[in-house]
Amino acid sequence: MTDDGTFHHGDATGAAPIVEMKNIEKHFGNIIALAGVSFDVRPGECHCLLGDNGAGKSTFIKTMSGVHKPTKGEILFEGKPMSFSTPRDAMEAGIATVFQDLAMIPLMSVTRNFFMGREPTKGKGLLKRFDIDYANEVTMVEMRKMGINLRGPDQAVGTLSGGERQTVAIARAVHFGAKVLILDEPTSALGVRQTSNVLATIDKVRNQGIGVVFISHNVRHALAVGDRFTVLNRGQTLGTAKRGDISPEELQDLMAGGQEMAALEGSLGGTV
Amino acid sequence: MENSSTPPVDERVKSQPFFAKLMQRPELGAIAGVILVVIFFSITADGSMFSLSGFMNFMSPASQLGILAIGAALLMIGGEFDLSIGSMVAFAGLFFAVCVINWGLPLAVAIPLTFVFAGCVGAINGTIVIRSGLPSFIVTLAFLFILRGLSLVGLKAATGGSTQLRGVRDATETDWLTPFFSGDAFPGLFAWLAENGWVETFKNGTPKVPGIPVEILWFVVITLLATYVLLRTPAGNWVFAAGGDTTAASNSGVPVTRVKISLFMLTACCAALVAIITVIDAGSTDARRGFQKEFEAIIAAVIGGCLLTGGYGSAIGAFFGAIIFGMVVIGLTYTDFDQDWFQVFLGGMLLIAVLFNNAIRKRVTGER
Ligand SMILES: Nc1ncnc2c1ncn2[C@@H]1O[C@H](COP(=O)(O)OP(=O)(O)O)[C@@H](O)[C@H]1O
Ligand SMILES: [Mg+2]
Repeated sequence: MTDDGTFHHGDATGAAPIVEMKNIEKHFGNIIALAGVSFDVRPGECHCLLGDNGAGKSTFIKTMSGVHKPTKGEILFEGKPMSFSTPRDAMEAGIATVFQDLAMIPLMSVTRNFFMGREPTKGKGLLKRFDIDYANEVTMVEMRKMGINLRGPDQAVGTLSGGERQTVAIARAVHFGAKVLILDEPTSALGVRQTSNVLATIDKVRNQGIGVVFISHNVRHALAVGDRFTVLNRGQTLGTAKRGDISPEELQDLMAGGQEMAALEGSLGGTV
Repeated sequence: MENSSTPPVDERVKSQPFFAKLMQRPELGAIAGVILVVIFFSITADGSMFSLSGFMNFMSPASQLGILAIGAALLMIGGEFDLSIGSMVAFAGLFFAVCVINWGLPLAVAIPLTFVFAGCVGAINGTIVIRSGLPSFIVTLAFLFILRGLSLVGLKAATGGSTQLRGVRDATETDWLTPFFSGDAFPGLFAWLAENGWVETFKNGTPKVPGIPVEILWFVVITLLATYVLLRTPAGNWVFAAGGDTTAASNSGVPVTRVKISLFMLTACCAALVAIITVIDAGSTDARRGFQKEFEAIIAAVIGGCLLTGGYGSAIGAFFGAIIFGMVVIGLTYTDFDQDWFQVFLGGMLLIAVLFNNAIRKRVTGER
């Protein structure tokens, strides 16, 4: 996925943001994980969040998906101030997230994981029950769309490979991401084919008018699908660039914090 | 290369024989245990153990324990423990007896009030566990003593110095709700069976077993309900999720706090039900009621396949776990063995069950 022209990129500059985060700060005790980060996602765009390990990317998207309450700052959802007190609130608003740790339960089946917290039901009143047949069917179909053939929907997630697990988490978020889809390093355990599958999925989702937040370590992956790029470094934004306004090298440099990277790259002969 | 049009059959799986599928059910160990115990007592015990009256004899204590064990099992699947259920039986028993005797309330008021009261105590337990983030083991251990102590103090206050509160029988005898919580159900059916000579009778023609003790019916109904909720409702999925991994469940939108506190309330209500049944049955309540039942209930749940780490187990398993328990306690009286072998037997079962469950968990999670 190296050539930039693979996907038709959204041009979302006109649309109003679905989620707008203003000067978000997050402190854990005396650790300042986020020191004023601003970020927004518009419908039909893929906004990449880049940054080194420990930059605060995961912490940042967790404030967006209702896991953390920001210490300071403002979150606007569709223009209105919003404070999600639980991930469930964010989900109900239409924000689905693939967390870096995937949020899957090894002892439970793929289907039960897929619909965890959002179980489809049939029947009414006291007879309202988990529609397992429908859930199994959807799970198999969604997984097949991602290029993975499950052995069975009742297979325990613990018996899946790392990549398969990641794919279940992505398929789940795509299935439920009504307005915003957040992916925290979703391709880290994936092989080449699954990675291109995920990037193609991001493109497809974006074309449906959903805003995608894509966190990645890999500048190539980001450049392949991203419309805008925000780089985080030590809890602060180094700015947001539009596609075309920034070269892969500049992006790489920003991510790694500039000079050190230049020096490293020199010694490695420009291979990173 | 596979692609999206590949049929959903995966060539890498050997087709699983029925038996291998069965091996993965959490309740398997308990069912195997029941079979073993039945074989053991068929050989060693007097034949009357497995007559109809013998059956009711061991099912009655099994049910009283089993109602607690189902609550304990659900809570364990939800990732928590409650060591205070035994004391809760005494505490709820005291509250119920005070309602009936000191306040003279009819059962239609006293029983719901007792459940509300127990639910509140369970909610306090759960809230402290969740808010403090402390292990439920330690918080509920504190409540084991607090509730037992309060039961003693309360009993003395209610009776003016005695540790036994009598007079429940007189107060409840004529209440229309009493038959639902005490005595034997379906006496007509059993009398009819006796008339036709289909069940054993005494000389005068009355059946040896006058009916099904109501606690057995409660036990069966609660087991079926719990199984339905666990396997067929969203709430059941939340219980497994909350016990499997709190953070993952919460991040996936499961209201973990609500689930866990509800489970603590449910467990306390199971204790209250046992209290109501046994207090009406005995006609009095005392401070030793439910003594050490928390351990027995947890053991039954573990024999039934619940993992101590949460996220795995079944109500059907706990059902059989409790029956094993009842069979062993009562069964030994039908044999020539010393009664005190009971504890050895129990510890042995627990150990085997834990080892077995551990192996199963590794299979399910593919852990090596
Ligand atoms: N719950 C927490 N408590 C304390 N510190 C935390 C917590 N979560 C994250 N941090 C700290 O915040 C910083 C950013 O972490 P993270 O957002 O996970 O980085 P990234 O995802 O960019 O690699 C790290 O220094 C990390 O140690
Ligand atoms: Mg991270």
